[in-house]
Amino acid sequence: MRRLGLRSVAIFYLVAILLGPLAMVFYRAFEHGIHPLWSSLTDPNTIHAFRLTLEITAIAVPVNTIFGVVCALAIVRRRFPGAGIVNAIVDLPLALSPVVVGLMLFLLYGRSGWFGSWTSAHGVQVLFATPSMVIATIFVSLPFVAREVVPTLRELGDEQEQAAHTLGASGWQTFWRVTLPSIRWAVIYGVVLTTARCLGEYGAVAVVSGHIEGQTETATLRVQDYYENFNLTGAYGIAIVLAVISVLVLTAMTLLKPKESA
Amino acid sequence: MSIEVHNVSKRFGSFQALDDVSLDVDSGSLTALLGPSGSGKSTLLRIIAGLEHPDTGEVRLAGEDATVLAPQKRGVGFVFQHYAAFKHMTVRDNVAFGLKIRKQPKAEVRARVDELLELVQLQGFGHRYPAQLSGGQRQRMALARALAPRPKVLLLDEPFGALDARVRAELRVWLRRLHSETHTTTVFVTHDQEEAMEVADRVVVMNAGRVEQAAAPHDLYDAPANDFVMTFVGDAVRFDGQLVRPHELELTYDADETTREAQLDRIVHLGFETRCELTLDDGSPITVQMTREQAAELELAPGQIVLVRRPRVRVGGELPDVVG
Amino acid sequence: MGFVTTFLSVVVLLPIAALLSASTTEGWHQFWSVVTAPEAVASLKLTLGAAVIVSLINAVVGTLTAWVLVRDDFAGKSLMNAVIDLPFALPTIVGGLTLLTLYGPRSPVGIDIAFTRTAIFLALLFETLPFVVRTVQPVLHELDREAEEAARSLGAREARVFRSIVLPNIAPGILSGVALGFARAVGEIGAIVLISGNVPFKTEVAAVFVFNHIQSGDQNGASAVAVVMLAIAFLLLLAIGGIRYLATRHERHA
Repeated sequence: MRRLGLRSVAIFYLVAILLGPLAMVFYRAFEHGIHPLWSSLTDPNTIHAFRLTLEITAIAVPVNTIFGVVCALAIVRRRFPGAGIVNAIVDLPLALSPVVVGLMLFLLYGRSGWFGSWTSAHGVQVLFATPSMVIATIFVSLPFVAREVVPTLRELGDEQEQAAHTLGASGWQTFWRVTLPSIRWAVIYGVVLTTARCLGEYGAVAVVSGHIEGQTETATLRVQDYYENFNLTGAYGIAIVLAVISVLVLTAMTLLKPKESA
Repeated sequence: MSIEVHNVSKRFGSFQALDDVSLDVDSGSLTALLGPSGSGKSTLLRIIAGLEHPDTGEVRLAGEDATVLAPQKRGVGFVFQHYAAFKHMTVRDNVAFGLKIRKQPKAEVRARVDELLELVQLQGFGHRYPAQLSGGQRQRMALARALAPRPKVLLLDEPFGALDARVRAELRVWLRRLHSETHTTTVFVTHDQEEAMEVADRVVVMNAGRVEQAAAPHDLYDAPANDFVMTFVGDAVRFDGQLVRPHELELTYDADETTREAQLDRIVHLGFETRCELTLDDGSPITVQMTREQAAELELAPGQIVLVRRPRVRVGGELPDVVG
Repeated sequence: MGFVTTFLSVVVLLPIAALLSASTTEGWHQFWSVVTAPEAVASLKLTLGAAVIVSLINAVVGTLTAWVLVRDDFAGKSLMNAVIDLPFALPTIVGGLTLLTLYGPRSPVGIDIAFTRTAIFLALLFETLPFVVRTVQPVLHELDREAEEAARSLGAREARVFRSIVLPNIAPGILSGVALGFARAVGEIGAIVLISGNVPFKTEVAAVFVFNHIQSGDQNGASAVAVVMLAIAFLLLLAIGGIRYLATRHERHA
């Protein structure tokens, strides 16, 4: 009896907070028929927004993957005094508001900022342009690969690597043939989380991008744009595209989780 | 407190753990449930404790029906193979737990915990955490904890299985001594027949969810009810279609109509006794056990051909009536 | 190793330094007066208050959900388990929009809480839902069930077993989940920006305050509140580290 009660509470909570609202969005998107939905989605600025989101993600994910793996290796395999601090700094983007991240970059690359004066003198546009959006996205999606790989590396121990060394493998060979394969599921899971974070980034890019339609709007910024301009169908349209991608991401996460923790 | 089990069956999915098991345990006795993995002995113990409920049958404690009674209300003490220590509590708090539940006054609790810590020889370890104790110490703590609320029955599930051989041997002696001091009805589960024979007054041999035989240790050895009991308790070899004990066979050089030829493969010197491993004329392996003197008289060497015989009269006793 | 430090310095540390420098250029007094300006204080109070309430709810519902996922079994359980991660996978702005569709104007169930504080709570509950569940689940999974059986055999009733045996062992998990959720709640912007109306003094959270003041050119005001949020984030990370340290102290003695 008590079991049923607990179960019902949990299910009710999830439906009320997660599933109900999501179902509504799909309903509203198609409410006025396919045509208005399609025209909003194929508007050139919207297509540009999707492209920009994908471009930024395509840069940020590999960068953070490489960083994540190297960082995890450094933290776990090399005992150095600052390891705890490095760990904390890597975790910071998880705890920090994206708006604050945006502000920090705004200050750094703004006209009177430390880098800002240098870049504007050399004609490099960072703020209100793609570069700052890429940097912002890298910042906020920094931790994921590292956080997944660190515990896996710790659990694995370095015996396999030691064995490889005794068999004559160099550092690089050991990494490619022994270390990397044994952490691959953790890396993949981390990549999935990173990608989801990049696709969904809003706060930081909202600050640094300037919201310039057709130039510096990502898909998430465009949702807000459509909504504030009362183009609800457009907003829901982009939302369901993003939601479908998220469900795919979620599926990937669910399938990968058991492999990652095995 | 006496324990009666009547026709208990229990199934887990498609696996029949217990099949119509009945058992009587006398109050104050020390009983072992002995059997291989999957024989149902742990399941039976847990049903007695109330940690599982049987599908059919009943359990009576002190004559009262306790089949579906919650474990909290049975007055049993349970000791687990992997200690089940309360990791976040000190040793003292672990031992005191059952007493605190019963809301006993602090002074009494303290006194009883001191008494028990002394009994299990952990005085001075009271303020440590389980993680700081060795396996043997943790198990002694678990015993003290189970005994603290003065249970009417003490149940132990492979209590020494996770410990190394020397500690196991010490704790066996210790359990025996504890029982003779407290006279609490005790039932323990083991797959180690030596342990069962050494410690218990009565051994219940189980196999595949059934009771094969329940008897005193020497009766199990001398009068096994079937082949399974004979091979599980003590060594047994097949000779002339019958199961016999290795020391009921003898080696000789004089042939007669009962002898069989065998090649001596290996001689193992086990201190007082000598064990010979041979291969019979039909290719089957066989073991014969004898005293050092007997082995010396025969001047045995590996590779030799000798004759194996089962004499009609065994030195020092009757020939057992074996159902083979 | 050098690569790691360089990368981190460029990507993370320099921006932080820029923020700290910008907010203190005109001295401590200036900073203090900006931070204690009424609008700033209101936004921080709202943010922290909402985060506290949401964290308390998450502590209870999250633990309950984790319990159901680990100890119970029913059709659709694996679906439920997968769905929990949805707020992690879904863009925050979409999250806010979805809540708006069900609980805003034109709500099919007649609940319209758009532009109210309740909307903020709801948005934060959505975004922080997975944290406690995911931190408690593995701990619950690893629990020594026999310890609970031992407690029962010693006479403890179910509530007591939960209180004395289960809870002390899952408490660190609950606390770290709460801390992570709290950090997220304090910083959340995407889910809130559409649904709350961002009315200063009423429904303007700290993150929105910072955003608005950047737009209006008030870098000082924005930086001051941003520094406070940065400090809160650091404190929370320290707290999480501390929880982890305390949680393993029972095992470290061996």
